[in-house]
Amino acid sequence: MSASEDRLRGLLVRGLAGDASAYRACLDELSAHLRAFLRRRLAHLPDEVEDLVQETLLAIHNQRHTYDAGQPLTAWIHAIARYKLVDLLRRRASREALNDPLDEESGLFAASDTEAIAARRDLARMLERLPDRQRLPIVHVKLEGLSVVETARITGMSESAVKVGVHRGLRALAALMRDER
Amino acid sequence: MRTAELIAMLARNAGPVETAAPQRRYRVALGWGAFGAALLMALVLGVRPDLAEAARLPMFWVKLAFPAAIFAGALVTVLRLSRPGVQLGRVCAGLAAPVLAMWVLGAGTLLAAAPGDRAVLLFGESAATCPFTIAILSIPLFVAGLWAMKGLAPTRLVLAGAASGLLAGAGGALVYALFCTEMAAPFISIWYLLGMLIPAGVGAMLGPRLLRW
Repeated sequence: MSASEDRLRGLLVRGLAGDASAYRACLDELSAHLRAFLRRRLAHLPDEVEDLVQETLLAIHNQRHTYDAGQPLTAWIHAIARYKLVDLLRRRASREALNDPLDEESGLFAASDTEAIAARRDLARMLERLPDRQRLPIVHVKLEGLSVVETARITGMSESAVKVGVHRGLRALAALMRDER
Repeated sequence: MRTAELIAMLARNAGPVETAAPQRRYRVALGWGAFGAALLMALVLGVRPDLAEAARLPMFWVKLAFPAAIFAGALVTVLRLSRPGVQLGRVCAGLAAPVLAMWVLGAGTLLAAAPGDRAVLLFGESAATCPFTIAILSIPLFVAGLWAMKGLAPTRLVLAGAASGLLAGAGGALVYALFCTEMAAPFISIWYLLGMLIPAGVGAMLGPRLLRW
């Protein structure tokens, strides 16, 4: 297991236990690996790379409850990235243009690319299309950084409705991203 | 939104996450699915009246053990398929073993029987309805199993759908075995298996459409 994977796994495990700064550091580093990984495989579709990096990060976040601490992190991340990549290529019906084998997961953490180009799709715009019961919790809790209790007071929703709204809203956002390609 | 902003947003107030989520979700799903299947059977078919007597025959337990073994194998399979990057390992062998064992038992029974009795051993009285009744009894578990899988992260959707269907079919067959009066190994090795494969096939077809994330 590489040192990079070890450190990332440690960050993710702490993040899943509730350490937001460790989680953020983990996503940050993962985004660079994902960018390099996807840029290599989408050499013919460079404009898609950053959108797919964002979509994969959102998928990792939404599906993070399926990571088992005993499992190699590379395998988990690779399976998610590959799933999102294949989904994109299937949609574009251009799988034959893919000349790099999809199946070597060992290379995922070998390369890193921190230079983000602009995503074409604006997530903030997409957020506006969610219903209020999902949009407001996301805006207050995830963008403004208010607590669930404060958000519940401002919106008049119950605390559990705020939590459910964040959760379902982020999943709905992932579905919007997927369907808009 | 730039990627750095997205990351900040995702991490903000992220809170702790339950890591045994697949197991918990399946416990809930199987509980409700089994309840639904039992209710469906009680309402539509009714438990066989001579259940206590039948329970004294070894074949009654074979008839339960066969779908139970498939159920256990399918449960391991869905739990693995529900997490990205988990290898399936030997689950195929684990699923094939009870089928092969049942076929061997069925073939042995057929060979040992007089030629004139073989048709009865194979078709019994209910071959035409058995697989479909099992498929109908599997519906509650089918819905519950797909709900459970939908909240997790399968990356092989055809397989995930098929395994969910097989799990439901095995559960349906287990419940059906309490009603069904057929006691011949050849019958069980074919029609019970077919009954379990119907929801598996439907699951394989629905998986790519219903389980995407």
